[in-house]
Amino acid sequence: MFERELVIVGGGPAGMEAATSAHKSGVRDILLLERDQYLGGILNQCIHPGFGIEHFKEVLTGPEYADRVIKQVTSMPEIEVSLRSFAVHLTKDKVLTFMKPGILENVKAKALIMATGCRERTREMIHIPGTRPAGVFPAGLAQKLINIEGFLPGKEVVIVGSGDIGLIMARRFLLEGAKVKAVIEIQKKSRGLLRNIVQCIDDFDIPMYFSHKVSNIYGRNRVEKVSVIKVDDDFNELADSYFEIECDTVLISVGLIPENELIEMAGVEIDKKTNTPITEEVNKTSIPGLFVCGNSFKVYDIADSVSRDSAIAGELAAEYLRSLK
Amino acid sequence: MIRKLTCIECPAGCALLVEVESGKVVGITGNNCPKGEKYAITEVESPVRVLTSTVLTEGLPLKTIPVRTDAPIPKASLFKAMEEIRKIRIKKPLHVGNVITKNLAGSGANLIATRECLADQGSATQTI
Repeated sequence: MFERELVIVGGGPAGMEAATSAHKSGVRDILLLERDQYLGGILNQCIHPGFGIEHFKEVLTGPEYADRVIKQVTSMPEIEVSLRSFAVHLTKDKVLTFMKPGILENVKAKALIMATGCRERTREMIHIPGTRPAGVFPAGLAQKLINIEGFLPGKEVVIVGSGDIGLIMARRFLLEGAKVKAVIEIQKKSRGLLRNIVQCIDDFDIPMYFSHKVSNIYGRNRVEKVSVIKVDDDFNELADSYFEIECDTVLISVGLIPENELIEMAGVEIDKKTNTPITEEVNKTSIPGLFVCGNSFKVYDIADSVSRDSAIAGELAAEYLRSLK
Repeated sequence: MIRKLTCIECPAGCALLVEVESGKVVGITGNNCPKGEKYAITEVESPVRVLTSTVLTEGLPLKTIPVRTDAPIPKASLFKAMEEIRKIRIKKPLHVGNVITKNLAGSGANLIATRECLADQGSATQTI
């Protein structure tokens, strides 16, 4: 076991901003853990433009936004970046266990910032019946397959839910030569940003069905088709509206869940409905010196807001460390 | 004729009412900033989009490099531009902003890298 002043878990926009902000506030012993092989987090796969308007006063893509923040982090030698480092255990005394290739490490943090982001909601959570063939992907996973792995995971796509990732993936699949047959949204209107409806759906005349749901997924080895049905205001199925769409891929874009299992393990009070820490103040938790920022604190629409709020986490951690002295 | 548009310049998504006479914009309301005005004029008279995609690599630590056009290109040329992008293979390390293809699909815009790829930044992600 070794000791550090400040440990930050997560090298996406939240964790990186918290690190540089803590550094600017005078913290000089910072360990930043990132499970992937590079910094940047989910920004690396968000290749579309629209980032940075608030934070950098210009329009950037996700990787460009990440690049700028990465360069700030790496220009501060007191921030030690540990890649391929996966946090697996946390105690109330802020002893964090993490895995690196070939080794399990324990670090005692005087202050700890968790910037662990979200995971995607899945097909199982919205209870779509049917078989379990290949070809059903959370939209963000499909985004990673195309944009990071260079692999197009389907040719005829139906998108369930109208979250921003789903809308953006509709355009991405289409530009890569796939057919996007429909976006199916159970609510009366989209949950995505208007500009994404315009430039991802309307631009390409993709059929969008509101007040509709996918009632079944069919297929033995691979998805073969889905059935779609209209619902009323109370989400009851309207039987005579049933129709089918042939497809080989179903993308699920129905929201995100903040990843807070580690702080829950440490005894932080968690709101079971939102999976976020119960707190009155931004980035704070029920354990002093343990902070949460970015999408694990609450689900944000825009990376710029994550950067803005995560800077506060860095300041709070610096303030807490000063109070110990 | 009045056309209803949603401005896509920022997340606010202002609802624009655009008065059009013989293909030209003669009046705009609903925008909260000057970007909306500019957007409405180009959207009506010659719609353009910034194209983003990825290009494949050979022998580099990242399997793909994300790219974008350095200026908006005509909406009508998006698919032609994608055809060119799909043929590209990157073999040398590059930095953010490096030009990969000049005058992409005759659009006048260049295709540029949006992510750094150095020769020694560690191996690419594991194949899933």
